[in-house]
Amino acid sequence: MHPALSVIVFTTVSGAGYGLLAWVGVWAVAGWLPADRGLAAASLALSLGAITAGLLSSTLHLGHPERSWRAFSQWRSSWLSREGVSSIATYAPALLFAVGWLGIGSTGGIWALFGAISAVGAVATVVCTAFIYQSLKPIQRWSNGWVLPNYLVLSAMTGVLWLIAIMSLFGMTDGFLALAAFLCIALAAVLKIQYWRFIDRTASRSDAGSATGLGALGRVRLFEAPHTSENYLMKEMGFRIARKHAAKLRMIALVAAFFLPLLLTLAGLLMPTALVAPFTFAAALIAILGVLIERWLFFAEAKHTVTLYYGAERA
Amino acid sequence: MTSLPTHLEPKRLGLVIDLDICVGCHACAVNCKQWNSGGVAAPLTDLEPYGPDPLGVWFNRVHTFEVGEGETGRTVHFPRSCLHCAEPDCVTVCPTGASYKRVEDGIVLVDEDLCIGCKLCSWACPYGAREYDYDAGVMKKCTLCIDRIYNDTLEEASRVPACVSTCPASARHFGDLGDPGSAISTLVRERGGYDLMPELGYAPTNKYLPPRPRRTAARDVRASTELTPAVAAGGGGFLAWVDRLLSG
Repeated sequence: MHPALSVIVFTTVSGAGYGLLAWVGVWAVAGWLPADRGLAAASLALSLGAITAGLLSSTLHLGHPERSWRAFSQWRSSWLSREGVSSIATYAPALLFAVGWLGIGSTGGIWALFGAISAVGAVATVVCTAFIYQSLKPIQRWSNGWVLPNYLVLSAMTGVLWLIAIMSLFGMTDGFLALAAFLCIALAAVLKIQYWRFIDRTASRSDAGSATGLGALGRVRLFEAPHTSENYLMKEMGFRIARKHAAKLRMIALVAAFFLPLLLTLAGLLMPTALVAPFTFAAALIAILGVLIERWLFFAEAKHTVTLYYGAERA
Repeated sequence: MTSLPTHLEPKRLGLVIDLDICVGCHACAVNCKQWNSGGVAAPLTDLEPYGPDPLGVWFNRVHTFEVGEGETGRTVHFPRSCLHCAEPDCVTVCPTGASYKRVEDGIVLVDEDLCIGCKLCSWACPYGAREYDYDAGVMKKCTLCIDRIYNDTLEEASRVPACVSTCPASARHFGDLGDPGSAISTLVRERGGYDLMPELGYAPTNKYLPPRPRRTAARDVRASTELTPAVAAGGGGFLAWVDRLLSG
């Protein structure tokens, strides 16, 4: 599948924003979220800013962005519509939570409840995003049970790394949050590796034989394409990446998304308070870069069954 | 509404494509392009049509495959267009309600005024039936020539999709696949018509007829070494009497 930059940026950046929103919501419910207005301003600005920037970025690939309000109408059947509804609906509890945390300086009582609802909305939106891909049967590398846990844990991982970074800016450290970050990084790395093992080892459901129905007559291969230049289908769905490039990029993604953030967060814990922030910010930024590469690969390595009509033997 | 209709009329209009007969002339694709450039989905934009790298919207594409090896190998021309599936995920993934499946005849259509051009429907279609019009910013697809098949101003014989009307080999058939007694349902039964990628569960309406079994050995058609007598000896009648007279 063609890795469209707008969608890759959207899923990565708003994924981190929703992750961050979910963590502050959960921490408020647990009573561990400092009622500090500076922290509130920075966390909410980053979280809601990332979510908003991501949503706006996702409209860039539309043919008619001015009609995008129509996408809220088909939530009964469409995961994309559900994602839109959920993302907009989450602003309401998030802004009320902001009134409490930033405006009144309170994270308890009713404000914690708004935090909890924000966290539920954030998780629901990421679930919808994952299901947009997981529900597409023509793309077997997306249509499997590894996609949802990967999206959820990567969102949680980038979110918690950003929360740790922002807290360190205000001289705060939180041992449980660091523990949560280590768990998220470990789980995300395992899930990503398992996803790659799955796509490498699973035989495709469809091949050129089933796509044409001619498989019983022998091996089916393209003799002559229907047209001499590329069409929309080949541009959008025919993207291919060399196996050796994919292997290198997977290594880069593993190092940038998981290994370096883990090391930098650990190093940050050992530093005197004044020196923590550079490490935690580096961890959060490198993790985002790693997830951007991971997301690019998620598209680039996905194969669509329409390629079976254009010379691919399996998809 | 992009939820599939809970109740469909029994009528299921669709195409049956005979891969044994198709000669790969692309006339169906060209006539489709011609008709639909002026039809409900018009225009079918071509970008740089005379440049080195033309890019255009077509509803019908004819691929040519080689199948099998050696003397059993064969060339099969394979026209590909929307199959108007019974379970079209292209409809259910649409976030705006632009895509829909008609209750009365099962045709899958796009309302271009509602389409935001998110392209998700083209990802959800395993068959590549939907093409994005980069100029109009909306998705386009085969309408089964809805502006021909119900068009009272056309002669009755012309009320078939453009691809069907133009096929010089009669490899394309149009009709009601929901009616087991219809001519094309009979054709599908008799010739073993099949679905493309049945494993994905889209339940396409359109069916493909397989190439007929190929003769790998020629039948023995050499001339006989003996001529069969025109009249069997020993018979009766006038010719037998003449035979006896001349032989005697």
